[in-house]
Amino acid sequence: MLNDFINQFWPSTVGGLTVGAIYALIALGYTMVYGVLRLINFAHSEIFMIGTVAALFTVTEIFTVTSPYTGFAMIGMLLLIMAVAMAASGGAAVLLEVVAYRPLRKKGASRLAALISAIGASFFLQELFALQVIPNLFDRPEGRNQVGVPRIVERDKLFEIFGATVRLDHVIVIIAAVVMMVLLDQFVNRTKVGRGIRATAQDPETAVLMGVNIDTIVRTTFLLGGAMAGVAAVLYVVEFELTVYNVGFVLGVKAFTAAVLGGIGNLRGALLGGFALGLIENWGAIFFGSEWKDVIAFTVLVVILMFRPTGILGESLQQARA
Amino acid sequence: MNLKQTLSARSGVSDRIRDWWAGAPMWTRWLVYLLLLLFVVFVLPTEGVASIMSPQTDWITTLWDPIGIYILLALGLNIVVGQAGLLDLGFVAFFAIGAYSVGVLGREGWPFWGTVVAALAIAAISGIVLGAPTLRLRGDYLAIVTLGFGEIIRIVARNTTYIGDSRGISDLPRPPSMFGLDFNDVLDASAFYYLIVAMIVLVIVISVRLNKSRVGRAWAAIREDEDAAELMGVPTFKFKLLAFFVGAMVGGLAGTGQMGGVQGYIQPENFPFILSATILVCVVFGGSGNIPGVILGAFIIAWLPERFRFLDDYRYMLFGAVLVIMMIVRPEGLLPSRQRKAEMQEGTGGMGSMGAEVATPTTAAPEVGGK
Repeated sequence: MLNDFINQFWPSTVGGLTVGAIYALIALGYTMVYGVLRLINFAHSEIFMIGTVAALFTVTEIFTVTSPYTGFAMIGMLLLIMAVAMAASGGAAVLLEVVAYRPLRKKGASRLAALISAIGASFFLQELFALQVIPNLFDRPEGRNQVGVPRIVERDKLFEIFGATVRLDHVIVIIAAVVMMVLLDQFVNRTKVGRGIRATAQDPETAVLMGVNIDTIVRTTFLLGGAMAGVAAVLYVVEFELTVYNVGFVLGVKAFTAAVLGGIGNLRGALLGGFALGLIENWGAIFFGSEWKDVIAFTVLVVILMFRPTGILGESLQQARA
Repeated sequence: MNLKQTLSARSGVSDRIRDWWAGAPMWTRWLVYLLLLLFVVFVLPTEGVASIMSPQTDWITTLWDPIGIYILLALGLNIVVGQAGLLDLGFVAFFAIGAYSVGVLGREGWPFWGTVVAALAIAAISGIVLGAPTLRLRGDYLAIVTLGFGEIIRIVARNTTYIGDSRGISDLPRPPSMFGLDFNDVLDASAFYYLIVAMIVLVIVISVRLNKSRVGRAWAAIREDEDAAELMGVPTFKFKLLAFFVGAMVGGLAGTGQMGGVQGYIQPENFPFILSATILVCVVFGGSGNIPGVILGAFIIAWLPERFRFLDDYRYMLFGAVLVIMMIVRPEGLLPSRQRKAEMQEGTGGMGSMGAEVATPTTAAPEVGGK
């Protein structure tokens, strides 16, 4: 058992960091919306799914990629796919806010009602993609089956750490995720709009009195969270090479867990939580087998929350309010 | 605007009915209860109703599962979400625990009613096991932990050979015949229907009695403002744990009443997260905290997809759209209790209101009270 662990430790670490980077990017969307609206944006997993479909559409229908790219062509291609996926996911997130949350917000409805609205939107989007969008876009009779994505990044071995192979796609996923998170963190901490977001998260009523336009702030929050989900979607497609109408569910639950683990409402917490969750899952899987991954993830969550009830880094984008 | 006027006119009617009900003497109430029960037992399962309500599926089977099961589950979750104000996104776990307890113990040769008692005990204990470490968490942290618990139970069921891994358990035990009801007839589900009605009545009685007792008042206090409740001397943790305990027991009861459906087998995939979400939808859609509302909500949510089977795949898409529209038009649910409605407008009531709401004249809190 211990021998297994030593042998598989580094390969699991590489795998855990890769999937953790994707969790972290999705977690940003949950954590930002939660920070500003105190709402679990349940349909965020579908925003991610829309991103994967947009990425697939770009790859197969716009450019008809048949073989993996290399060098600058690959980087250019990735940036292009990301731009499309970010636009699709960000746009969908803003639309979701306008249709499903804004009317509730204006009415001052309870958060429970908003959660139900989110669940409804999530159902609707999943079914819409299974029944209409995926069959029509990719000319498939059955929209509920997995759709394979052609390889975009060649799986070249770059180097080894302690016997674990690190491939090009791992490096791209981790670097892209960290870069996006640094950019977002800087945006929220340094720009005027970012200050508005922080102010609203801290105290919406005072923020309004100070001249913050709440509608703009909420829209920006959804746009940013959606765009991050779009990046995550491209990285997911690069790494796992498939999508399906309900691809977002498991990833969404994991990402939300990561957000809570790091301290919900806290951007750096989402990063930490994502990587931590990815690593713990993969390390735990060495001992218990990969079918127990999800159980390990949730058990760790419960244990950590017992000792740190507001997550590892605590809630900092907002104040902890009862 | 027309829609709004129609709706407010309708709530005017329901207000009058409520005023009348509040002032009705005891014998009138008992008469109404009796009439309702007679309706449910003798009128609801008849052919005439069936041809309107469910032309495509067997109506009595539909009344048992999903409608009756959803009502039981929603009543159980209503205790946790509606009365104590704790957001539970993994309620299906207790349903699964109830069903699996019956399956496993039945396989070991226990009689049906013995398995039911054991299943209730196991479900209630698992409610305590989940609640004890997690109920000190607030709101959304509790939500994700309960969601995780639901997934853990499902995955454990899938990965454990002793309880049949992904194949599940077949040949669930059936209750012995009683009062001339035969539970072994695959073609006639009426025995199961009457059993589930009995279970629902029992749960309603327990719910109402709890709600009107000191326990119910403690739950309301916790739901409205936990800190204030604690300061007033309500042992909040104990009462939250009690809510989990009772809720889990009702969830377990629904699991025993399900008995694997007509075919009599259960699989881990019968207990997905989406079922937890659907039950939560039943509670909020109907009117969280109000028993008639919750029953109506569960009935509609369970019945609509069965009734509109001819829409085939599109019914779930429409279902999603209906939820969004419903929450926009009537966020407090179909039949909210007056207290809950006031709480929701005030922005209290367990979950509170969303963070960045823009104060408009409609969101200004009305006076609570005048009851």
